[in-house]
Amino acid sequence: MGGISDQSAFKQDAPLLAVDTLSVSFRQEDGVSTPVRDVSLTLHQGETLALVGESGSGKSVTSLAIMGLLPRPAGFISSGKIRFQTRAKQTVDLAQLSFDGMRQLRGREMAMIFQEPMTSLNPVLTIGEQIAETVRLHLGLSGRALQTHVKAQLDLVEIPDAARRMDDYPHQMSGGMRQRVMIALAMACQPSLLIADEPTTALDVTIQAQILLLIDRLRRETGMAVLFITHNLGVVAEIADRVTVMYAGQVVETAQTVPLFRKAAHPYTSALLSCLPARAKADASGLRRLVPITGQPGVFGKACAFAPRCPHAAALCETHPPELELTDGGAVRCLRWRELA
Amino acid sequence: MTTPLLSISHLSKSFPTSRGIVQAVDDVSFSIAAGEAFGLVGESGSGKSTIGRLALGLITPTAGDIRFSGQSINGLSERALKPFRRQAQMVFQDPYSSLNPRLRVRDIIGEALDTHALAQDRRDARIAELLDMVGLNASHATRYPHEFSGGQRQRIGIARALAVEPRLLIADEPVSALDVSVQAQIITLLQDLRRHLGLALLFISHDLDIVELLCERVAVLYLGRIMETGPTVQVMKTPRHPYSRALLAAVPKADPEAPRVKRLVAGDIPSPLNPPSGCVFRTRCFYAEGPCASDRPVLAPLDAGWQSACLRDPLPEHE
Repeated sequence: MGGISDQSAFKQDAPLLAVDTLSVSFRQEDGVSTPVRDVSLTLHQGETLALVGESGSGKSVTSLAIMGLLPRPAGFISSGKIRFQTRAKQTVDLAQLSFDGMRQLRGREMAMIFQEPMTSLNPVLTIGEQIAETVRLHLGLSGRALQTHVKAQLDLVEIPDAARRMDDYPHQMSGGMRQRVMIALAMACQPSLLIADEPTTALDVTIQAQILLLIDRLRRETGMAVLFITHNLGVVAEIADRVTVMYAGQVVETAQTVPLFRKAAHPYTSALLSCLPARAKADASGLRRLVPITGQPGVFGKACAFAPRCPHAAALCETHPPELELTDGGAVRCLRWRELA
Repeated sequence: MTTPLLSISHLSKSFPTSRGIVQAVDDVSFSIAAGEAFGLVGESGSGKSTIGRLALGLITPTAGDIRFSGQSINGLSERALKPFRRQAQMVFQDPYSSLNPRLRVRDIIGEALDTHALAQDRRDARIAELLDMVGLNASHATRYPHEFSGGQRQRIGIARALAVEPRLLIADEPVSALDVSVQAQIITLLQDLRRHLGLALLFISHDLDIVELLCERVAVLYLGRIMETGPTVQVMKTPRHPYSRALLAAVPKADPEAPRVKRLVAGDIPSPLNPPSGCVFRTRCFYAEGPCASDRPVLAPLDAGWQSACLRDPLPEHE
């Protein structure tokens, strides 16, 4: 299982991040639930990996676990490893790291941006003050050097007229500008890993396109890795080198972006791609129609979680849980993937 | 010419706010024929949702006229509006907040029947029929909204809208809160309903791909005005207005091998409190020239039913 990282396109160097059979559980009144089960994924320096899934697939919980931001005390890592290579070229297991150790890395070597910037920005501080606070904390700058660094951060994320906008409060800015501020905060200490959780979902289309370009430009310029969490397959096609698809808390497929969109290996990935309006096919009467995934989300099979909704499910799929198997350049969790290829 | 089912002419709506007047809809005209699907697309502040609410008579226009089958609904009392309300029904974006959590499904749908005194002698049978029509079944009638998934709730919302046998469904971002797989189910349901019931559809959305799939004609809105309108195929495949082009170019293509966009529209959408003079898109337009700041472009015909509001039309090939 742990060998998946060896299969990526960047096999020459050790991955920056290697999540290995990670399970995340939550203590609840009526017992323990495990919304993330046996998740493995890798991310190399300079690479963008899209983590794709619908509601409840576990993609956001996975990212919170990596960042050490699971809601305490209910959420906890129940098994698995999260190996992260630090700047000092040491490999640490984030799943075992102490609270303080994690705090050392967060913001400095790994940073996260969210869908709604307002939830992470402080409404009573100007954006200049907020960036200054982060920079002071992590880089120990002060005085003029600090101010220069703050302005440089705003320039970096292409906020026009940065010297003046430093004195703005978050509520005085548009959604797109606030997302830029969030990115400036995340980039303040030049992290080697940026986790972006649906950062463009709440934005208008023309603004979304700007933010996607910005994130990609920063990745190219700094060599950071981006874990981009999204439900939007269009965004995946725009930004990702590789894709990891989740369903019901498990990874069902990992592949390079182009082959995945050409021909997905897992029936869920293919079915999801068929739901894209751009892939509608004309029926007998000439009306373009989609092929929706049947059944309800949240109805999970006992062995293969997708089996109840899978057009290719066989009797075996109801009894034998599929393992994540290596494919040519990726991985797939399906008993029938070879037959279906 | 046959009378359109819905005809909107020179419609304007402004809202006074504490920071000034917002011109949400500014001189918008279009019509929808019986059985036709018309898409309204635009970003924040485009006025697309306000147009939907105006068309239903939920708010009154500042200026302009709304007609159903040739009859104006302007200035009608609530009582006089009632028959029009039966003709047009709304499906909302949020399937979680648009259903009363304390009512069972049969009462949510039944309420619509009772309001218009429909099927009173066979109420339960009619409710079962409606549930079946939207892909649910009679056993769902006694349950409460919280027992359903987002997609199922949107189906209930559609069943409620269909209860009064409307001729026009106004759907305001009906799938944008739903997951991709569920979106596809609801889009397919809307297509089936149109085919079987001959429903007309006013589909309000920011998702151009879905509008292209569902609608025969489309209007592209920006800051309350129509920039371009016409047959969906023409507007989407060969957009003429600089904003339509910019919008289509900005939509992420679900094809990693498609050519990437070279030039993206810059800047933010201006505040509708203080829209640019002349052409409202000029502040972000690659083609803007002096007159664009002073003269307001009007919709000019390009081809049958296809119009664009741009002073610089036809646009230069290489600029």
